[in-house]
Amino acid sequence: MKALLLAGAAALLLAAPASAQTMDHSMHGMNMPGMQMPAKPAARKAPARAAVKKSPTRKSKPRRDAPAPKTDPHAGHAMSAMPGMDMGGAHADHDMGGMQAGASAPAQDPHAGHDMSSMPGMDMGGGHAGHDMTAMQGAAEKVGTDLPPGDAPAPAAQPGMAAGRFWGEDRMAMANHHLRQHHGGMTYRQVLFNLAEYQARKGGDGYRWDGDAWIGGDVDRLALKSEGEGAFGQRLEHGEVQALYSHALDPYWNVQGGVRQDFGRGPSRTYATVGIEGLAPYWFDTQASVFLSTEGEVLGRVEGWYDQRITNFWVLQPRVEANLSAQDVRETGTGSGLTDLELGLRLRYEKSRRLAPYVGVSWERQFGDTARYTRARGDDTAGFSFVAGIRAWF
Amino acid sequence: MTMDTRIDRRRLMRGVGLAGAGAAMAAWLPAWAQGVSSGMQGPLPTVSGDDITLRIGRTDMTVDGRTLRAVGVNGTTPAPLVRLREGQNARIHVVNELDEESSIHWHGLIVPFQMDGVPGIAFPGIAPRSTFTYEFPVVQAGTYWYHSHSGFQEQDGLYGPIVIDPKDADPVKADREHVVVLSDHSPLSGGAIFDRLKKESGYFNRQRQTLAGLLAGKDQPLKERLMWGGMRMDPTDVADVTGSTYTYLVNGHGPRDNWTGLFRPGERVRLRIINASSMTTFNVRIPGLPMTVVHADGLAVRPVEVDEFQFGPAETYDVIVTPPEERAYTLVGESVDRSGLARMTLAPRAGMAAAVPALRKRPVATMKDMGMGGHDMGTMDHGSMPAMDHASMSDMDHGPGATAGGMAGMDHSKMEHGTSASSMTGMDRSATGHAGGDMGMGGMAMGDMNMRDFSKASGVKRGPGVQTISPMPVDRTGEPGQGLEDVGHRVLTYRDLVALDRNPDVRAPSRSLEIHLTGNMERYMWSFDGEKYSEVKAPIPFLAGERVRVTLVNDTMMGHPIHLHGHFFELVTGKGAYAPRKHTVLVQPGGKVSWDVTANEGDWAFHCHMLFHMMAGMMQTVQVRSAKGEAA
Repeated sequence: MKALLLAGAAALLLAAPASAQTMDHSMHGMNMPGMQMPAKPAARKAPARAAVKKSPTRKSKPRRDAPAPKTDPHAGHAMSAMPGMDMGGAHADHDMGGMQAGASAPAQDPHAGHDMSSMPGMDMGGGHAGHDMTAMQGAAEKVGTDLPPGDAPAPAAQPGMAAGRFWGEDRMAMANHHLRQHHGGMTYRQVLFNLAEYQARKGGDGYRWDGDAWIGGDVDRLALKSEGEGAFGQRLEHGEVQALYSHALDPYWNVQGGVRQDFGRGPSRTYATVGIEGLAPYWFDTQASVFLSTEGEVLGRVEGWYDQRITNFWVLQPRVEANLSAQDVRETGTGSGLTDLELGLRLRYEKSRRLAPYVGVSWERQFGDTARYTRARGDDTAGFSFVAGIRAWF
Repeated sequence: MTMDTRIDRRRLMRGVGLAGAGAAMAAWLPAWAQGVSSGMQGPLPTVSGDDITLRIGRTDMTVDGRTLRAVGVNGTTPAPLVRLREGQNARIHVVNELDEESSIHWHGLIVPFQMDGVPGIAFPGIAPRSTFTYEFPVVQAGTYWYHSHSGFQEQDGLYGPIVIDPKDADPVKADREHVVVLSDHSPLSGGAIFDRLKKESGYFNRQRQTLAGLLAGKDQPLKERLMWGGMRMDPTDVADVTGSTYTYLVNGHGPRDNWTGLFRPGERVRLRIINASSMTTFNVRIPGLPMTVVHADGLAVRPVEVDEFQFGPAETYDVIVTPPEERAYTLVGESVDRSGLARMTLAPRAGMAAAVPALRKRPVATMKDMGMGGHDMGTMDHGSMPAMDHASMSDMDHGPGATAGGMAGMDHSKMEHGTSASSMTGMDRSATGHAGGDMGMGGMAMGDMNMRDFSKASGVKRGPGVQTISPMPVDRTGEPGQGLEDVGHRVLTYRDLVALDRNPDVRAPSRSLEIHLTGNMERYMWSFDGEKYSEVKAPIPFLAGERVRVTLVNDTMMGHPIHLHGHFFELVTGKGAYAPRKHTVLVQPGGKVSWDVTANEGDWAFHCHMLFHMMAGMMQTVQVRSAKGEAA
């Protein structure tokens, strides 16, 4: 059982980044609207408008009123409208008449339905750069920006600042260092309470918080996380603080490691922790962590929420948090397996993004041996609360 | 502010009539309505001559009746108009009366690099309570601007217009002119805005897609929303900072202030329109009055008549309008995300106003904005060309690219291949010898359409700061700009621009250079080639006098106005020796732009002119040294 749970916790940890990776490619199998590629000639939709606007000849009859230059190996191609086009000799047998000058024989053309409008990246000249097609322009020589670039090597960067000789090398070096630091290297900090709420429930109202704070740059940060709950008039039921180092793995995910200290009812525990947090595809905020206590106990947690914008001011946040244990821990009243699950649904009003009041419901339930321990103490193992609080950051 | 409560002259007068006493107006009308009725006007505060003093300091500005803190010059925001004459020597004393370092950069002016005004590149900056004297010869004419290059001072108000009169007769004939400085101002300081973006990148976006919108059939259908959600991309992220905090200004005045420029019917009126905003791409139009663009970024172009143009921060256009009637016209600069607008009036007399057009529907980003421009799957029949290799095609340069300069005039969006079957086989990579990718589009499953395929961008460093790589970026210089595809009238595109004068350097570029514009909107990280300025180890090296073709590839789904200090570059849009020359170019989402540049000696800042993109790291130093490696 223990092994199974550990494996489960590990899988949790791995699942999120793995899904992140796979979802990066999620478009592969997806049916992308507007991007279907039918096997038969597709109806020309969107580009038709643009095409019609600027290319009146698009659907007109074949038009070969532009005589090709006599020496042109592409004789017969109506290329008049394509000055300077570098088609390359290998394409000499292409009938390009359909390009711009109207399709030469659209009816017989298996590619007639092939609107290349969207393929400006197409270069017929990739390996044919040597071909001089200026003849196709009639007479004009290529000049200025029409000329292709050469392949001269780039120079090497030199040390020092050019302005050093005016204002002093050291001064400029220092100023440049300062400039760089202030263009991408700044330090930021944030304190965020996703939950800070009053919980109205049977058998005594309580409170709940879940938040974090961080300081650092884009990639490396120090983070504090804290969550906990309790009932008014009683000792704190459960509280914890994590101190973490956070490192950005990729555009969306951070890996975090550090320590967790529990406080509240029962014996306090200290854990080493490692986890990941980030934004999963479809905009799910996700966290998954494992904890190893100084007593050798292993716990796990996974947490996720989603901000569903009803309007641009009203946001509905479904949230789930599940805790796991790899073993029975009698002292803390924790049983192995899924120990507890918390489901919440909160509606907040984001007139201010930084101070958004909310109301909602929260449902908690303990499972397995954890529930047994709790019942033995005479406490409830499940509960339903109406909640009201404030999501805030600064 | 919202424009819901916008009021025009007629409504206002009706209101006055109902109230029964015009004299009572001041008492019962809100301050902003009084602004509408009178119209702010008159010449901008101006400084000129051979010896100019600009004092940078804290100031208040009153926008639509609200007083806001700002950083200004000589007590005004925007800073005074600096009016110079081509050929003169400018000596400008800048007194920094702030308690922090400051600076002034002369945007678009070709000055010796040590006078360019970027602390840490051109000079050490202007220390608090100290004075720095800029001295440079004025070698050009046209419409430019100046702004702080220190911290967030530009957002806080430190920007102003520059007009340089030509030493000879102006080729642009006009009976009168108005300088129109468009900007964005917030009650929040620039630092506070940036801080919020770093913590919640969607903080200012109040136009996201919602469940209510889905049920009402607005915006994307569910399937598309799921696809974008799967990519963790928000198609409504068109502007990072929006009208939810910004008031959009004309010459420092809000829409309700209604800054007014005068004209006599039939006059040729030159409007020098400057996008001096920190973060706002504007769509500019004057309903009922076509505009003839005569200058772009300060330099003359062949006149081209349009009904609207889009420009990013730091770009400028001079337009000629000839209002035929004795009536008021409204000029609006609509934010690209349609969250608000800057508004002014052209009128024969002060106190007139015309209707202000309602904000149009905000655009929703498309797959093309994600850099899949080469794939318009809705119209492409892949079934008939199973072996076609899109991967290699994406690497190829059409239009402005290396081998196809001459094709630039050709609009690919209208290109229809009516090729015969046999010739089509030539497009098979095995037949053409196009090495490279194996997208296997024939499979039609988009099997490899990876939005973060670094093989498509060899120079880009992989890391948390790169959210996406455009799989098939396309040249979008022939397009009117995001959200203006279907407005039903003439919108300027970069391909409409042709330089009036032959380009000074028409040599072929000796080499080419590709730079990727990269970012992560979730973490609000921005960079070139995946490396923030704080991370780069070496500048981008050029040889003095060297001509280089630079291609900017936008790997993000936001537009980036990219500015190279100390240079004009020639856009590669098929105009040969008459390429439009610019100092700032707006690279559309998922698109790319090429330009040729002749390197001027010195170290130069190179950055996105979205202030917060630059501050987040989208900046580099361009180092131009003589062949000996010395800054001689």
